[in-house]
Amino acid sequence: MLRKRIVPAIDVLNDQAVKYVQFRNPTIIGDPAELGKKYTEDGADELIYLDTTASLKNQDLKLEWIQRVAEQVNIPFSVIGGVRTVEDFKNLLRAGADKVGVNSAAVQRPELLKEAADIYGKQCVVLGLDAMPIYNDNEEIIRWEVYTHSGYEKTGLDVVEWAQQAAELGAGEIICTSIHKDGMKNGYDVALIKLLSEKVNIPIIASGGAGKIEHIEEVFSEGKADAALVASMIHYGDYTIGEIKSYLQTKNINVRLT
Amino acid sequence: MIGIIDYGAGNLHSVLKAIKQLGYNTKLITKASDHTDEITRLILPGVGNAKVAMDVLNSTGLSDYLNGRVSEGTPLLGICLGMQLLLEKSEEGNVPCLGFLKGTVPEFTDVSEKIPHMGWNQVKDVQNHFLFENIPDETDFYFVHSYFAKPENQKDILGETNYGINFASVIGNSQVMGVQFHPEKSGKYGIQLLDNYCKQGDK
Repeated sequence: MLRKRIVPAIDVLNDQAVKYVQFRNPTIIGDPAELGKKYTEDGADELIYLDTTASLKNQDLKLEWIQRVAEQVNIPFSVIGGVRTVEDFKNLLRAGADKVGVNSAAVQRPELLKEAADIYGKQCVVLGLDAMPIYNDNEEIIRWEVYTHSGYEKTGLDVVEWAQQAAELGAGEIICTSIHKDGMKNGYDVALIKLLSEKVNIPIIASGGAGKIEHIEEVFSEGKADAALVASMIHYGDYTIGEIKSYLQTKNINVRLT
Repeated sequence: MIGIIDYGAGNLHSVLKAIKQLGYNTKLITKASDHTDEITRLILPGVGNAKVAMDVLNSTGLSDYLNGRVSEGTPLLGICLGMQLLLEKSEEGNVPCLGFLKGTVPEFTDVSEKIPHMGWNQVKDVQNHFLFENIPDETDFYFVHSYFAKPENQKDILGETNYGINFASVIGNSQVMGVQFHPEKSGKYGIQLLDNYCKQGDK
């Protein structure tokens, strides 16, 4: 049976792995390739690198660290951040990334998903989707909306409709980040992940909100996620991936033990 | 020396890197004239569409090259799409393939699971093939595919995996073999499998 995946997310600024505190003040935590190798040895099923380097001047630098990751890591890894064109897909895949994530650019021009999938295959096209709940007067969630530009811009798009459209166009996987949960450490947005998992026929990676090991169990058992993204839980040394997986196994979640 | 068929497959470089890191000499083969007698084993990587891949292999003469080498007795390992191409025909684009093994490549349609089959899944060693040496049975490997191999003869099924249905995830015989998963992306046991294949030849 297919395993539920544990996917560490590593933020990269320039060519360094960094940790953000409240989305600000990046502090360097190591080399992207060495950290990736360590997490691989700890039992990570896949890695996601979020490139937060804004400047275009750093394109070469960007490819250089990706090449180093490809040299040292022998599990699949995705690179997300700043991808706008099919040419960007080509450069990142050539540098050694297995999958490329696209977020704001796909909202602005959805055909990008199709263009990339037609050339490189759906399996390497990942949609990054940032979601925020919309409440009614009784403070009940009525639906979720898509946000772009790191959560700064509201698009008016319904999350489920956008996810279905993206899957139709060529996305092979969706990383869904709940903006209001991100960094709060009080659990994933399980209701949203469950809704997406039921309505969309491609794998869903849940992101945003993991603080305790129980949150991961919850997003798999109740949220039906295919994969769970973990970041601060492991970067700060609260848990190792091995500990997370051993715990999940005791709760009958089907994980790969190494 | 390990010859790796270069026809623009997406996973070529990660396969090449893995083989080199194991300490084997490698040579990329883009056309028949790239062949040297030092090449004792061949690898056919692959990611993507079967029809597109066969068109490239046919137009570059690499299909003829592979036919020639295989009939001379050179071992061949197909990876992912490269494995599917070893069979007679793929339903992806309804294209005739290399036909080194009898059987076809249908699409996953009767499974209730999500398509593509993407992620880590277990492989059961059904024949004690040398590819599985020093690898625990039912080890996980990394898969990404929407079509699967359906060999005609049971004896050509070397490994099985369950994804709604049981399908052949490792196929072949002692000379021509293929793996549906990506050993180059399957951690230490994936690398072990590549070493098992390569060490049958020389370093």
